[in-house]
Amino acid sequence: MSAGEQPLLEVSGLGIRLNTSRGPAQAVREVSFALRRGETLGIVGESGCGKSITALALLGLLPDNAVVSGSIRLDGRELVGLPDADYCKLRGNRISMIFQEPMTALNPMHTIGHQVAEPLVRHTGCSAAEAKRQAIALLDRVGLPDPARRYDAYPHQFSGGQRQRITIAMALACKPDVLIADEPTTALDVTIQRQILDLIADLVAEQGMAMILISHDLGVIAENVQRMIVMYGGTVVESGTTDAVFSRMGHPYTQGLFRARPRLGARKGTRLSTIAGTVPELADLPAGCPFADRCALVIDACRAALPPLIEIGTGHGVRCIRTDVALTPDPAGAVA
Amino acid sequence: MTRTGVAPASNAFWCRALRHRSFVVGALLCLAVLGAALLSLVWTPWSAYEIDVAAKLRPPSAEHWLGTDVLGRDIVSLLLVGARATILVGIIAVGIGLTCGVCLGLVAAAQRGWTEELVMRFSDFTFAFPAVLSAIMLAAVIGPGMVTSIIAIGIFQIPVFVRVTRGSAGAIWAREFILAARAAGKGRVRITIEHVLPNILSILIVQATIQFALAILAEAALSYLGLGTQPPQPSWGRMLNDAQTLLFQSPSLAVYPGAAIALAVLGLNLLGDGLRDLLDPRLARQR
Repeated sequence: MSAGEQPLLEVSGLGIRLNTSRGPAQAVREVSFALRRGETLGIVGESGCGKSITALALLGLLPDNAVVSGSIRLDGRELVGLPDADYCKLRGNRISMIFQEPMTALNPMHTIGHQVAEPLVRHTGCSAAEAKRQAIALLDRVGLPDPARRYDAYPHQFSGGQRQRITIAMALACKPDVLIADEPTTALDVTIQRQILDLIADLVAEQGMAMILISHDLGVIAENVQRMIVMYGGTVVESGTTDAVFSRMGHPYTQGLFRARPRLGARKGTRLSTIAGTVPELADLPAGCPFADRCALVIDACRAALPPLIEIGTGHGVRCIRTDVALTPDPAGAVA
Repeated sequence: MTRTGVAPASNAFWCRALRHRSFVVGALLCLAVLGAALLSLVWTPWSAYEIDVAAKLRPPSAEHWLGTDVLGRDIVSLLLVGARATILVGIIAVGIGLTCGVCLGLVAAAQRGWTEELVMRFSDFTFAFPAVLSAIMLAAVIGPGMVTSIIAIGIFQIPVFVRVTRGSAGAIWAREFILAARAAGKGRVRITIEHVLPNILSILIVQATIQFALAILAEAALSYLGLGTQPPQPSWGRMLNDAQTLLFQSPSLAVYPGAAIALAVLGLNLLGDGLRDLLDPRLARQR
């Protein structure tokens, strides 16, 4: 983080407490990151690690029973506790989001043209005709074939990949400053994934947006973002530039996640490595390191308190007190 | 949906509508009832209020097409005039129930929390009183009559619509496109109007036609009990009431109004089914 330039989006000490039927659950704690204009950030982690809820917190779309602590600043303006009416002016306009399920993220009762043009009319106040012209141009840009003719078609008349292109057009309609892509390709075919990610990357570069890409797929993160954070049990366990993290994984969880990815050309009969145990329930997270119960390097001190983020390189932090051991080359779990 | 207002789109809608069998049959039956009610305003074969005891209980003839009742009134004329009461009660009572019920249901689904609790408990409370009981209570206050039955049936309809609306709207609120709409910066009111309402419209239409049919039956029941339309104003329910005492002498007296009620209800149900199919863009291609 360069000191001189104010970050576009700055999240510090974010905590989210949800009141569930099983009692209060600390879904997110001590999440901090900053995003400059034009920068791309990846958030990686398993299901239930708090990555999606962090994204929703940025948009102020948490359930009513959620209690948010810490701060989220957009251009220095505090967003935590902002009244909903003010938040509505930011959403879709300055921060927008692409969702995981293109099959359900579009309203089946409205034409796709209406759904893309509508935010333009509302946020930029342009005429309906102008919005339609821009919407067709956008749909064309995201690679929807023959957008002028298909402007009045309904979502069910499109394939999954095409629908995701439409939701991207919707999210980008007002040229937001920050784009959050929450697993945008998880529901798509592998062949389409590539195209959609390339499209998003092109558009982000073209419009100079900042992007937060959320994924559980290390490969997707490695290829598409400059910096990344690894989340586990509602907190950031490792953060740094993508290059730094991949060349020197400091947290045992990141290492485990990396070993657990399937590889082409692996010897037949090789079992995929897994991380023993399961993700802790958010309702009863341990006081210390959330990964302690599954970690091979655990010592008593790990369970005592949440470890601090320790710098192991420039801008490369690891929330682990055993980095000295974790970073020694481990012959058994060869990090390829 | 023809919200774009483009001519070809609305043409396509009517093309589909005319090919939809139950929609056409339902629409014809409803138009027939509506036509009968309108016709009775300008013309009836005989006066529906004129009593001619000498000509009582006549079998069908060229003079009286369906015969006469116990007071010598022409059955066809009674049916035509009776359609008015039926339609009036149905439309106004369902209108009351639909308007209040849908508004409350949408508010409950959008606001959640204690607002939802309050609305739902209120509707439970209202639901606990059957239409007949409300009608008796109202009749005690403002006297029996058509207004009484309309209000009683209308109030009775509110909780039905509250529940259906709240339930289906709640399911829509949980869908991802609502989250997407919120992420696009829409407030609760806009989302309710633009996203929730269109998606539950088909359910509401079907429910409204069912409730319309129930309102007709309730009106018939209230008239039958003497709480609804008062003599000499004819209604299908009152005709059934009058026919009851003569069920063994001339059963046909009960058959005609009964058949009229059955056909009107059938027509409404078919119309509702048809509308549901036609208003859903996903089903557009299949029909």
